Amino acid sequence: MRRKRALERFETVLLVAVGGFAGSNLRYFFDAAIPQPLAATFLVNVAGSFALAVLLYDATGGELFARRSRLVFGAGFLSSFTTYSTFVVEAFTRPDAALLYVGASYACGFGAVLVGRAALGRIDGGGH
Amino acid sequence: MDPAHLLGTGGALGAVLRYLVGEAVPAEEFPVATLVVNVVGSFVLGLVTFGGVGGDVALFVGGGMCGAFTTYSSFSVQTVLLWERRTPLLAAVNAAGNLLSCVGAVWLARLLVG
Repeated sequence: MRRKRALERFETVLLVAVGGFAGSNLRYFFDAAIPQPLAATFLVNVAGSFALAVLLYDATGGELFARRSRLVFGAGFLSSFTTYSTFVVEAFTRPDAALLYVGASYACGFGAVLVGRAALGRIDGGGH
Repeated sequence: MDPAHLLGTGGALGAVLRYLVGEAVPAEEFPVATLVVNVVGSFVLGLVTFGGVGGDVALFVGGGMCGAFTTYSSFSVQTVLLWERRTPLLAAVNAAGNLLSCVGAVWLARLLVG
């Protein structure tokens, strides 16, 4: 029993690691593709907030996604795709743009969460 | 080494560390675990950025580990949930608290190595 639990825990950690690898890589892709670093971070953070809202809102309702999928995509992929440290260091090193950058990231990030859940409600036929 | 591999491997490590912090820190009333990872990760990224660390180490530790260890998506979702399920005041404390403590951590890092 204890061995089974240890194996399950190991599996969870592996799933999070795989998601983390892929999520960081996709963030790197956007960093390389978008020449303006603040715009790239803004985009990944807002898009990731939208997707995580869809994924986690589902956890409280219809359970469209399995628990393991939520681990890979939520704790692994999306949480690694988005980043708070880069966001803060960029705001810190660009005082000229900091107010607009932080304001827009916060407003659009929270807005994306609300939009994500509304979108899910529509897909799911308002089952939540 | 391929930068995407460096960043991805650092990211996998950062994600696992964040997951372990989430398991260790109780966050039922308030998302403390997210605050902790964001402050610690911002401090370390500050050290990397202002300490003149470049190249592969900056990619692995900064963009990879710190980037994945800290999270913006969980922060956004948790702030909206605080607003709806607890009080708007707690949501505001979370939103401002993450920003101010992380900016403070980056400032401290620059003070130490800059």
